[in-house]
Amino acid sequence: MRKEHRKIRCRTVLILLGIGCILFLFCNILYGSVSIPLQAFLQFFSGAGSEETYGQIVMEIRFPRAVSALWLGGALALSGYLLQTFFHNPIAGPFVLGISSGSKLMVAVIMVFFLGKSIKVSSTALILAAFVGALLSMGFVLLLSERVNNMSMLVISGVMIGYICSAVTDFIVTFADDADIVNLHNWSRGSFSGMAWDKVIHMSIVISITYVIVFLLSKPISAYQLGEMDAVSMGVNVRMLRIWLILLSSILSACVVAYAGPISFVGIAVPHLVKTFLGTSRPILMIPACFLGGGMFCLACDFIARTVFAPTELSISTVTAVFGAPIVLWIMTKRRREGF
Amino acid sequence: MEQYYFQTQKMCVGYDGKPIIKDIEITLPKGEILTLIGPNGAGKSTVLKSIAGQLRLLDGVVYLGKELLSEMSGNERAKKISVVFTDRLQTELMTCREVVATGRYPYTGRFGVLSKEDERIVDEVIALVQITDICDQDFRKISDGQRQRVLLARAICQEPELLILDEPTSYLDIRYQLEFLSVLQEMRKKKGLTVIMSLHELELAKRISDKLLCLKGAYIDRYGTPAEIFNDRYIGQLFDIPKSSLKQIDSTLLAYVEQIETW
Repeated sequence: MRKEHRKIRCRTVLILLGIGCILFLFCNILYGSVSIPLQAFLQFFSGAGSEETYGQIVMEIRFPRAVSALWLGGALALSGYLLQTFFHNPIAGPFVLGISSGSKLMVAVIMVFFLGKSIKVSSTALILAAFVGALLSMGFVLLLSERVNNMSMLVISGVMIGYICSAVTDFIVTFADDADIVNLHNWSRGSFSGMAWDKVIHMSIVISITYVIVFLLSKPISAYQLGEMDAVSMGVNVRMLRIWLILLSSILSACVVAYAGPISFVGIAVPHLVKTFLGTSRPILMIPACFLGGGMFCLACDFIARTVFAPTELSISTVTAVFGAPIVLWIMTKRRREGF
Repeated sequence: MEQYYFQTQKMCVGYDGKPIIKDIEITLPKGEILTLIGPNGAGKSTVLKSIAGQLRLLDGVVYLGKELLSEMSGNERAKKISVVFTDRLQTELMTCREVVATGRYPYTGRFGVLSKEDERIVDEVIALVQITDICDQDFRKISDGQRQRVLLARAICQEPELLILDEPTSYLDIRYQLEFLSVLQEMRKKKGLTVIMSLHELELAKRISDKLLCLKGAYIDRYGTPAEIFNDRYIGQLFDIPKSSLKQIDSTLLAYVEQIETW
């Protein structure tokens, strides 16, 4: 009876998250500095002639932006979930551990280097640079985590790595004298603006492949969650699994940084919220739920960033921090209370 | 050699390449219970972890049936050996029943979904270990003793041929200690389960074990049946308890020491 109850609850949460994503996707397409009447939107999609400007706004600006917020938000939440699993630490995430900042640094280096020679940077090169940066930061965090076997010390180390990388990035941005630097500056604060379809297609391919691999690993992840030694006695190849977790979470957060810059708190807040809603930590449910939850969260935050002070746009991290940071505080006090 | 189900040859165990105990030779027929006894820090847990595959052997081999343990795949091993160790499981939002069900892990498919048969086995084991009343509770919110019984249920769910337990009775009151050990005896009678465990309760060890392995310092001090071990005042020696070394001992305790010295 109880089991049936839980099954229904999980299914409901997943469906609601799906509906939420679709809802916010439409909100993001229809509303903004220019609101598009639903009728015009439907006419446009049914192919009946509609106003040219609406079509352009929808197809070239808002639609790709909304889709990328969905994909990248999902990737970010999933990356956070994998890191939390890896470190057995509820407040691990790509931003907190300095992994986003590492990617940011490498991307800034590549961009300044190529822009200086006025070569257009391909998005593959950006993802690769971000991935290398993510792995470098991750390497440092891993080295430190060997030495400090303590939850808060790990996070502090990550934050420090993040600061160092950000400082170097700022340094590069400040002294690079290119007109495109304005662009770079916007990007380094995090934003979903300026997404073109080719970028959306690239990120969709990378993220969906990674997602499938993560989903296929849900069984060993469920054993790993209970404890590393325990997973060994259940026959899991823990060493391989750990390598996979690092690679996959790095690819996901690298993808986000390469396209939208560093975005804070989504990686921690969303998995935790989703877990609370689901009432279970089973990876086979958490993985899709995190993805949908992250997508919905980022769509909502981007909607707020664009519309609240329109036509001025907030950086996405400003909005995610406003909603995400209190959640992180809540997680920490809750853990203290429950004494784990 | 064939009559033994579990056998070690020149097994050497330790951490980070540094041996703690060398030349461990154990031979155990199917369906017998082997208990490791010895003072704190003698390496009982290290031996158990090495047998369970959680620590790499520094030297020597372990046979399970006719197979070399080191040549079995992780999943194969998990179907034959299950463990109950003292490490805390990190269960978040998991009920006791879900924890027990994780024992089916090696038998489930790609996504770890339980079949009807798996569910039936879980229910059966929950009834056997008598944890029906707590099976819907959060695993983190039950007592240490209850947790121990849930972990036993989980290990049995794994349908092992060999069960390894590290101080399984530590948190249990006397009634549950007896119940716990009677479940082990029942499993061994019904399914030929072989058990290797460590115990601090010497009285229980003496009564339940077929073989005892006495660890002391860097070597195996003795290996034999309870009758051979609890003999010739050996236990007092194993734990270094001559009367004279215990200062200021009162008469009631002294009587207990004397009783131990007769073992």
